[in-house]
Amino acid sequence: MSVSYTSQEQVEVYRFSAPVAVLVPLVALAFQAFVPRWLPFFTIFDLPLLLVIFFSVARRSQVTGMLTGAFIGLLQDSLTIHPIGLNGIAKTVVGYGASSLGVKIDVENAGSRFLVVLFFYVVHEGVYFAVARLLVGLPLQWSWRHEMGSALANALLAVALFAVLDRFKQRT
Amino acid sequence: MESVFGRYRNLIALLVVLFLQVLALAVQVKRNVENEPTRLIRVWTVNAVTPLEKGILGLQHGVAGLWHNYFYLRGVRQENRDLKAEIERMRVEQVRLYEDAQQARRLQSLLGFKEQYIAKTVAAQVVGSSGSEQSRSITIDKGSDAGIAPGMAVITGEGIVGKVLRVYDRTTSQVLLIDDQTSGVGAILESSRLQGVLRGTPAGEVVLEKVMADEVVQPGEKVVTSGGDRIFPKGFNVGTVSKVSPGSDLFLNIRVKPAVNLSKLEEVLVVTEVQQKEPAVEQSGPVRAVDILAQRLPSVPEKPPETTTPPTGGSKPGEPGSKPNANPSDAQKQPPAVKPNAVAAGPVAKPSVSLLKSSDQAESKPVVKPASEQSAKQAAAGSATSKTKTETKPDTAKPDTAKPEDKPTEDRPQ
Repeated sequence: MSVSYTSQEQVEVYRFSAPVAVLVPLVALAFQAFVPRWLPFFTIFDLPLLLVIFFSVARRSQVTGMLTGAFIGLLQDSLTIHPIGLNGIAKTVVGYGASSLGVKIDVENAGSRFLVVLFFYVVHEGVYFAVARLLVGLPLQWSWRHEMGSALANALLAVALFAVLDRFKQRT
Repeated sequence: MESVFGRYRNLIALLVVLFLQVLALAVQVKRNVENEPTRLIRVWTVNAVTPLEKGILGLQHGVAGLWHNYFYLRGVRQENRDLKAEIERMRVEQVRLYEDAQQARRLQSLLGFKEQYIAKTVAAQVVGSSGSEQSRSITIDKGSDAGIAPGMAVITGEGIVGKVLRVYDRTTSQVLLIDDQTSGVGAILESSRLQGVLRGTPAGEVVLEKVMADEVVQPGEKVVTSGGDRIFPKGFNVGTVSKVSPGSDLFLNIRVKPAVNLSKLEEVLVVTEVQQKEPAVEQSGPVRAVDILAQRLPSVPEKPPETTTPPTGGSKPGEPGSKPNANPSDAQKQPPAVKPNAVAAGPVAKPSVSLLKSSDQAESKPVVKPASEQSAKQAAAGSATSKTKTETKPDTAKPDTAKPEDKPTEDRPQ
């Protein structure tokens, strides 16, 4: 039996209806593609990543979290100019990691959500840049200042967004 | 063995999924994705996302149109008056520019120059973006139905925007913006004529690379396309230099402010057809540089008709109006007297080939002002200079038949 801060019996495991599981990521993708036309700074947010973290933590299943990350990541890749798989790989790792964390600790309150998103945003960007530069050879540049600023912004947005998405949770 | 799989089942599943995606990435990189048809997953995702965007956009335009066309009409009269004045001003400017264009065409035709003309454009509406900082692209509502194809230039009235990267389906395409890190546009500084490559930065800025550090570049200088990338025709507005600093590897770090606000694009033009042809000169016979320059020279006073013509039919070499080794048949073809600058009485044009000295001075030397074809014009001007020195026969000066009222062809060089 694995050592955990919270036992499996203590943490809540949630599920989502099929329409929510499919439509919410699509709407998030549409927002991500559409809103920057009017609000250019919106590109610092990564709504699909926030959804991956939210679904993975709530479901608390590593395989499900991983597949959720892969699915949303590949869809996001389809809208970019880069080869398909960059976001897929990064979000697969995040989905797995977030669901693993969700199994062990309770991440239902705003503070823990803020920290979890802050951490996984940096992990996501790190994996993305590593794959993009080392495997694909894209000329991307890393900026700690920029990444930390984006991580903070995403973490703040996540606190508000997760509160809204909590309404779609269904107890198992 | 079985227990190992059972214990690390999730981890193994993760590795398998990651491996499959890495494999797929490797295949895409190996195949060079830009040269192959758009993948189905991209088409499906875009088709799933764009209807929502198009719907919101349609609603927005409907409401905005209703408000602006029927309710909010304050200041329309004043705006109308201003626009009329603007049209008048532009008409005057058009005449001046037309003269310049005609002269440039004549010079280019002398060199057998081939220009790129934008023959056809398609207007498209921006319906979305990639929404990612690492991938700066937009989605437009025109596709294969409108003749859009990958590699076509995308512009607006203010300047260049990017190039078509993918055509998803009949009504949707993806455009790579010039501020993307993977973008590359051949550009040239308008006054110093230094060439470089325009690229995007991670922060979304645009920089001009490959300009040597020992060159002098001033902020505020205009940047235009060089045509070297074979996508954008030469001379298109790109932007202005906003900051110059020493860069790495002996190159300058030149930051460029794009002429187009790339983050707030609404409508763009896709250049679907570019023609390469020699400039059409609206003159019947061949025109030489000397003819054009002669129009700018001081007029030769009209001689009184000679009553006695020598039987040889020619005057001594060196005499004004004489032509060395001229035979009688040539002399018959020549007009009795020519006023080379007689046709320059039209609208005063800002000449692209101007004179260093005033027109009433005998020694005149053409100098070429910087323009998009500076080097070519220098050659033209050079040849014209030599011709001016060696062939100063007024009989070759033909009047400029190009009239300002002649309407230019639609495919004038941009």
